[in-house]
Amino acid sequence: MTRPRQLRWMIIAAMLFWLAPISPDAAEPASPRPTGQDHKNSVPAGDPRRSGFEDMSRATQTLQRDDGQNPAMLWVRDGERQWRQAPGPGQRSCADCHANAEQSMRGVAAAYPAWDVRLGRPVNLAHRINLCRQNHQLLAPLDAGSDDLLGLEAFIAMQSRGLSIEPVTDERLDSARQNGQLLFTMKIGQLSMSCAQCHDEHPGQRLGGSTIPQGHPTAYPIYRLQWQSAGSLTRRLQACLTGVRARQFPAFGDEMVALELFLRHRAAGMPFEGPGVRP
Amino acid sequence: MTATPARRVRTLIELPSSTRAGELIEIRATIGHPMETGYRRDASGELMPRNIIRMFQCELAGRRIFTAELFPAISANPMIAFRHRVQTGGELLFRWTGDKAFEHVERRLLNLR
Repeated sequence: MTRPRQLRWMIIAAMLFWLAPISPDAAEPASPRPTGQDHKNSVPAGDPRRSGFEDMSRATQTLQRDDGQNPAMLWVRDGERQWRQAPGPGQRSCADCHANAEQSMRGVAAAYPAWDVRLGRPVNLAHRINLCRQNHQLLAPLDAGSDDLLGLEAFIAMQSRGLSIEPVTDERLDSARQNGQLLFTMKIGQLSMSCAQCHDEHPGQRLGGSTIPQGHPTAYPIYRLQWQSAGSLTRRLQACLTGVRARQFPAFGDEMVALELFLRHRAAGMPFEGPGVRP
Repeated sequence: MTATPARRVRTLIELPSSTRAGELIEIRATIGHPMETGYRRDASGELMPRNIIRMFQCELAGRRIFTAELFPAISANPMIAFRHRVQTGGELLFRWTGDKAFEHVERRLLNLR
């Protein structure tokens, strides 16, 4: 009778010994988890929408929070320089017409794509910058995705930080917004997948090694670590289209701007945090 | 990547606006650079030549206070942060040198209170 009892105690002692080095980890005090963009306003309580920011690692969140570390600031500073500098002698700079961007560009990035009267169609912010260059500065448009255009876009985006993304209320934009919604829910590409299948039906789950975000354009232009560069919402959407092996929507084209417009409407009221960092 | 000839070099440098002798300060320097590893191939299968920053140096009032060697595994747009125990103020000089005869110099003033 003594032998089995001794054996039992030995087993218990062995188990305790084995557990000992693990238990301190298990008892680790719950470290305060980051609450999102805590220095900015956040979505109203009960709102199920979340920015991709909240699904990022703490290291990446820190990169975005601290302008001294955020690599997108390289583009912002460059955009600021472009804003002030006249393109040539006797020519007007952005600042000559729009003056102080902190006032004149406040909220602009959170309200694009918007209607362009001259073209009679919606345009995104990069397109608007190019139209301004062509019509008022008489310069050639910048290439979509070029560093110069991204710089101006990032500098303008900076002026909307912390503001809410504007809902699409302009009636002239209704048809494009509806078209965008259609594109968002339509199965496309060789993989026959829609945006909604990932970003509405499976956000928070994993695709390969990464968390599927809800897909709100809250931080564009972003510095994407995978790209090792800044990039626009257009580039992000084109990367998704490549992912489902679909025909590309050209930058500044009707489909792209419709999709961007719908995404803005879908994210209306969320805080704008651009230029952000994404993995 | 569009290779504009002689593109402006973009940098971000962060340091305290003023400091005291004896204080430990952090200096951060970021530079826009592709840091092309030399191991990647382009769309036509050609090896893309290596184009990296090889060396970063920081001098304070003519005295070298920090040096770093950089290698192909370091990301594009590298940020280098280091600490320095302040003894004297003066002009901080940041120099990045690398492949393709790359050289960029930035100057900042370190003010002592």
